[in-house]
Amino acid sequence: MNLINAILVGFKEIWTHKFRSLLTMLGIILGVSSLVAMSALVKGMENGMKDALVAIGGLEKVRVEEQDIPAAQRHLADQAAGLTINDVYAIHRSAPLIKIATPEMRLGRFVTVTHAGKTPDWANVIGTWPQALEMNQHVVEHGRMFTEIDDELARNVCVIGTGIRDQLFGPPEKTGQENVVGEEIQINGQPFRIVGQFTRYESEMDRKLRELEKDQPKETGGVQRRRGWGSGRGNNSWVYNMKNNSIYMPLNTMWIKFKSAGTGTNTVPDPRLNGLSIKVADIDKLEPALQQVRNVMMHTHHGIEDFSFQTQENWSEGITQAIRNQRMSGGFISAISLLVGGIGIMNIMLASITERIREIGIRKAIGATYADVFIQILVESVVIALVGGVAGLFASFGTVRLLMIMSPTENTPVITFSAMILAFIFSALVGVLAGLIPAFKAAKLDPIQALRYE
Amino acid sequence: MPLVELRNVSKIYHLGGEEIRALDDVSLDIDSGEFISIIGPSGSGKSTLMHILGCLDSPTHGTIQLDGTMIHNASARELAGIRNRKIGFVFQFFNLLPRLNVMQNVELPMIYSGVSSRERREHAMASLKMVGLENRSKHRPMQLSGGQQQRVAIARALVNSPRIVFADEPTGNLDSRTGEAILELFRQLSTEGRTIALVTHDPEIAAVTPRRIEIRDGKIAQKVDPKLAGLDRQPTEHAMQNGEPSS
Ligand SMILES: Nc1ncnc2c1ncn2[C@@H]1O[C@H](COP(=O)(O)OP(=O)(O)OP(=O)(O)O)[C@@H](O)[C@H]1O
Ligand SMILES: [Mg+2]
Repeated sequence: MNLINAILVGFKEIWTHKFRSLLTMLGIILGVSSLVAMSALVKGMENGMKDALVAIGGLEKVRVEEQDIPAAQRHLADQAAGLTINDVYAIHRSAPLIKIATPEMRLGRFVTVTHAGKTPDWANVIGTWPQALEMNQHVVEHGRMFTEIDDELARNVCVIGTGIRDQLFGPPEKTGQENVVGEEIQINGQPFRIVGQFTRYESEMDRKLRELEKDQPKETGGVQRRRGWGSGRGNNSWVYNMKNNSIYMPLNTMWIKFKSAGTGTNTVPDPRLNGLSIKVADIDKLEPALQQVRNVMMHTHHGIEDFSFQTQENWSEGITQAIRNQRMSGGFISAISLLVGGIGIMNIMLASITERIREIGIRKAIGATYADVFIQILVESVVIALVGGVAGLFASFGTVRLLMIMSPTENTPVITFSAMILAFIFSALVGVLAGLIPAFKAAKLDPIQALRYE
Repeated sequence: MPLVELRNVSKIYHLGGEEIRALDDVSLDIDSGEFISIIGPSGSGKSTLMHILGCLDSPTHGTIQLDGTMIHNASARELAGIRNRKIGFVFQFFNLLPRLNVMQNVELPMIYSGVSSRERREHAMASLKMVGLENRSKHRPMQLSGGQQQRVAIARALVNSPRIVFADEPTGNLDSRTGEAILELFRQLSTEGRTIALVTHDPEIAAVTPRRIEIRDGKIAQKVDPKLAGLDRQPTEHAMQNGEPSS
């Protein structure tokens, strides 16, 4: 008996027992759809994490921050200069494994940014170099980044994110003013001209949601309120919020205009940086690059280790771990469903061959070999599993949608072709495994006994 | 060389400590084209003999040659092939597959011998014509009378042009009129040159065949008992041949 015949017989068998077959397939349908849906969720998480990692500057970006002086060097505390612009110059000069290094000077918590009486909840005001654009993966959408000349002359110019724009000028959906370049704002009382405006940073999901809302404007106005920027939704949004709420100005402007100690007139402004960012040229050489920077800075800091490195590794490893956990639990659930489905198929196949002992006897009497009967039963089992598997693939689209409704995430689940192939192969495998024992039992039936069976 | 050659064949079952000789040192030849009946009382070993001749079972002792092949020590796979191509079976309970229609039932042996679907259709149709059921090919077995079902079973047994057809009580489940029609069909097939072995406990049926082999307690009886009901009352021209092998 050839395979096509066996497959036809298998389909006929399913069709004869439609309801029973459907019940049997349910386990496989659940298993396959949960496998595909889970892997879609994980894929979505992965994509979201990659985007966020790129947005934050990638793994290549490392922050150097001030750190308490180690206990052994405590007595040298008064010689510690902290992080200064000299460190950045020294790194540029002597650490060839570093592509760029940018200084950062911040206005602390007590910054007030105003425009026409409006003040944002929070603004991330940074004085830096123009290279920060590349360092922090910023894109200027309108106007320009401030230049080295702006920095040289300590001009009162700034580049702002869309979050700041929305809070100072109102969102463009309301005001119709998308581009605020050329406007003037007050930072701690000093007038600043906006020369550039960053693009809007957001996750894939947020962009989609926003576009959806644009198409279907909410009818109920409700009370005007801000969502706040924290970890309101999902775990990567803070990356985008931080970038959108940035105000960048030249380092010298920050230093001269804001860091002068308020009291005396001829005091030198505080030269300390809040930190600096370095970007390694080659991520595979992260370790030696950091060693290089450390050596350079130990030199400029006279051997006092009052700085530390902060990489994105921990963060990315945390997310990788979360993804791995999600994948494990998803795989576990799918495996259990597939196992239960397989047991269901085996059960029904055992019942089916018991019902058909006489038929098997007849088939053997007219010339079916052991292999013929074995293959027929095995193929039937695989056909049930595969029909269930295909149904499960279709069901997985519904399952993904259901999951998104029940627990919306910031990452769009992505159903991948490879996950579908994998699920299909698994269902075939389950069919084979579930069919082996019934096929064996059927094939080894003695034709005379089987013919006598009532 | 005879078509079938049985030499000193025994089939011994062990039940508990007891030894049951279902067949006891049976030797028998069947020539090609013969129409024979195997007759004997219930439990005498007729079915056992037929199963062994039909390659459904293997003997405990002895040798069997069928159409040039020694089958007593053939593998299960070889036996399945021989059953498929050289042997046709007709059973008392018809043994059609209820979920296949008449045509599909008749095609079934050819599926296992790898005949193309077009050829299967042709052969099955020719076979159904032989038993007069060509216009019932789409019916299910349940939609046919017992006699018709048995005809379908005969068509299935003939479809691969076997060297020999075995029928175990083919009329046992039919009323006498229908049974006679089935016997007449066998007789007709025999005149066309087919080799047929009927298994029966009924001397009246055995009387139809030119040659009879009587079995008692697993052994071939030397002579047909003339007092067996029916034989002396309804003698046929072959009735007086006894059951001994001719060579
Ligand atoms: N599988 C078996 N195990 C044990 N004994 C068996 C087995 N098959 C047959 N026998 C015994 O062998 C003997 C012959 O059985 P067989 O079926 O050949 O008889 P039969 O002549 O066909 O009888 P009937 O006319 O009733 O069908 C019987 O005594 C039976 O009990
Ligand atoms: Mg019998």
